[in-house]
Amino acid sequence: MNPGDIGWWGVALAVAGGAIRISTPYLFVSLAETLTEKSGRVNLGLEGTLLMGAMSGYGVSFLSGSPWLGVLAAALAGAAFGLLHAVVCNLPRVNDVAVGIGLFIFGTGLAFFLGKPFVEPRADRLPVWPLGGWSDVAAIRAALDVSPLFFAGIAVAFAMRWALANTRWGLIVRAVGDNAEAARTAGYPVNLTRTLATAAGGLFAGIAGAFLSLSYPGTWAEGLSSGQGLMAVTLVIFARWHPLNCFWVSLLFGGASALGPALQAVGVSSYYYLIGAAPYALTLALLIASSSRRHRLVGAPGELSINR
Amino acid sequence: MRERAEAAAITAGALLAALALFALFLLANGRDPLAVYAVLWLGGFGTPFSLQATLTQAAPLMLTALCTAIPARAGLLVIGGEGALVAGGVFAVLAGLGTAGLATAGLPASVGTVATCAAGAAGGAAWIAMAGALKHLRGVNETISTLLLNYIAIAVLNHLVSGPMRDPAVSLKATSWAIPQATMVGTIPGIGVHWGFAFGVIACLLAFALLRFTVFGFSVDVLGGNARAAQLVGLPIGRLTLIACALGGGGAGLAGAAEIIAVHGAASSSLAVGFGYGGILVAFLSRQNPLAIIFFAILVGGISASGGLMQRRFDLPDAATQVLQGMIFLCVLASNAFYGRIRLFQPRAVAE
Repeated sequence: MNPGDIGWWGVALAVAGGAIRISTPYLFVSLAETLTEKSGRVNLGLEGTLLMGAMSGYGVSFLSGSPWLGVLAAALAGAAFGLLHAVVCNLPRVNDVAVGIGLFIFGTGLAFFLGKPFVEPRADRLPVWPLGGWSDVAAIRAALDVSPLFFAGIAVAFAMRWALANTRWGLIVRAVGDNAEAARTAGYPVNLTRTLATAAGGLFAGIAGAFLSLSYPGTWAEGLSSGQGLMAVTLVIFARWHPLNCFWVSLLFGGASALGPALQAVGVSSYYYLIGAAPYALTLALLIASSSRRHRLVGAPGELSINR
Repeated sequence: MRERAEAAAITAGALLAALALFALFLLANGRDPLAVYAVLWLGGFGTPFSLQATLTQAAPLMLTALCTAIPARAGLLVIGGEGALVAGGVFAVLAGLGTAGLATAGLPASVGTVATCAAGAAGGAAWIAMAGALKHLRGVNETISTLLLNYIAIAVLNHLVSGPMRDPAVSLKATSWAIPQATMVGTIPGIGVHWGFAFGVIACLLAFALLRFTVFGFSVDVLGGNARAAQLVGLPIGRLTLIACALGGGGAGLAGAAEIIAVHGAASSSLAVGFGYGGILVAFLSRQNPLAIIFFAILVGGISASGGLMQRRFDLPDAATQVLQGMIFLCVLASNAFYGRIRLFQPRAVAE
């Protein structure tokens, strides 16, 4: 057998490589949503934030020649969008879920409006770490070209897990998210905490966008995002509001997204779209199995409008 | 009366604020806002041709807005209009193909048209009723489940039109077999807009009457106002939830059927172009009132329809209309903070 022709192993490799590559934006948006929801609000507008991040990242990388400066710009644009969500939600009688849908429409429109000049030019992309250099098999080398942002995402997951559990800030965020009235009585500023948590979440969602435009797929065009931002809410439910679980869930969603194309490459294409939708069906099944009329989902912050 | 005047004044204020924000945005991009607004008017409402395009856009928006508005009256936040529209479109095509043999059986083609619309509405109704059932039986959050159902519906659509239902003769884009030409409907005489617009207006009027004048409408409003109170007075919460979801989904499903019988003639990914999400915007602008939906669907449809002309005249990207719609959405949501704050609209204290 010719060493380059690895048949079905190629499918497994492509899925593993795809899981690593495609999971990075999932990881960042799910961490973003976890932090926001831990403070007691839902941000359904991360899709718009993600596209703003993708556009600003690509634009700044093109104009400055530095993709890392692009990531910084994406993070700032994302934080600004998070702040916008928080400021509108701080007003009385405003529904956070509806504001999210508004930001989804606004952010998508603004990204394509401001990003029009960047559709043609080629911006510098982020480097990858070739961790597969030890192998002779091209498919393994391709699968192990890993973006530094993947590792950054893992680091953020660990840091968020640690900070939520062990720091004063983490305690305040959780207290505000579980019972705003009690937190207010104890003297913690509810709206300020939520504002900061949502802005920080927006920052991570912006980085997720920069990954899309500057690493993989690595371009700026309409249809760049396949709804990763909109899916953040369901990823977080799957991860039970736990930052480390976000990592595993992101790998699962990334791998599932890669399975369809990998099977197509070996000639199996009849269930391409259904395989792509499998994670959504799985999430729905999980929700049905774990929901109850009597109590909230395990691990859900008490103030969350979406779980009452 | 006072409450309605308050809602109208605050919504009008929010719209003006959004127009002012968008004017600043245009200035920052070096365009003359007044000139752009003149073209927006021209491209959306100013000529018979642009008005036709606007009403064509408004037709599915009215129906998908009902998908959010009717369940909202029962206290649910459903965002599944996109999925219900797609489900309705797929069911409509199946019914259209299934009744293709009517002509040979000697039945009029209009039977096929009616069957197609009914199947579309039923498909959409079943799709959102699933979310209602999950909410009632298992406590599954309807916002999340309808979001997931959107993705599942679009995946099933793509699967069907690229495999089992694909018409191999159409090579440009994966498309299903076309329904018979006789099943398709033309335009409403006199205004040149397809019949989906009439469906939308009639559906909104019916929904308004149902919510305003019937026991069902009153019960749904009680449920939406206070679920615990509804339970205490013995309202059938499960049934009300299910019916509200099915009616809303039926609206969006009918939108899918109308897109099939009046525009596309076959199912393809062109069904999922965002009318479901636009419908959510229209529903919130209308404060979930079906009568107001007719007006705001035409307004939002007009903004969308003017995109082409704005692009040609000012070299503004197509997305400009979406930026404006997003600003309107955010301003209207933020305007909720003003209810009960304007003295003019508050009940006067009785003098001693």
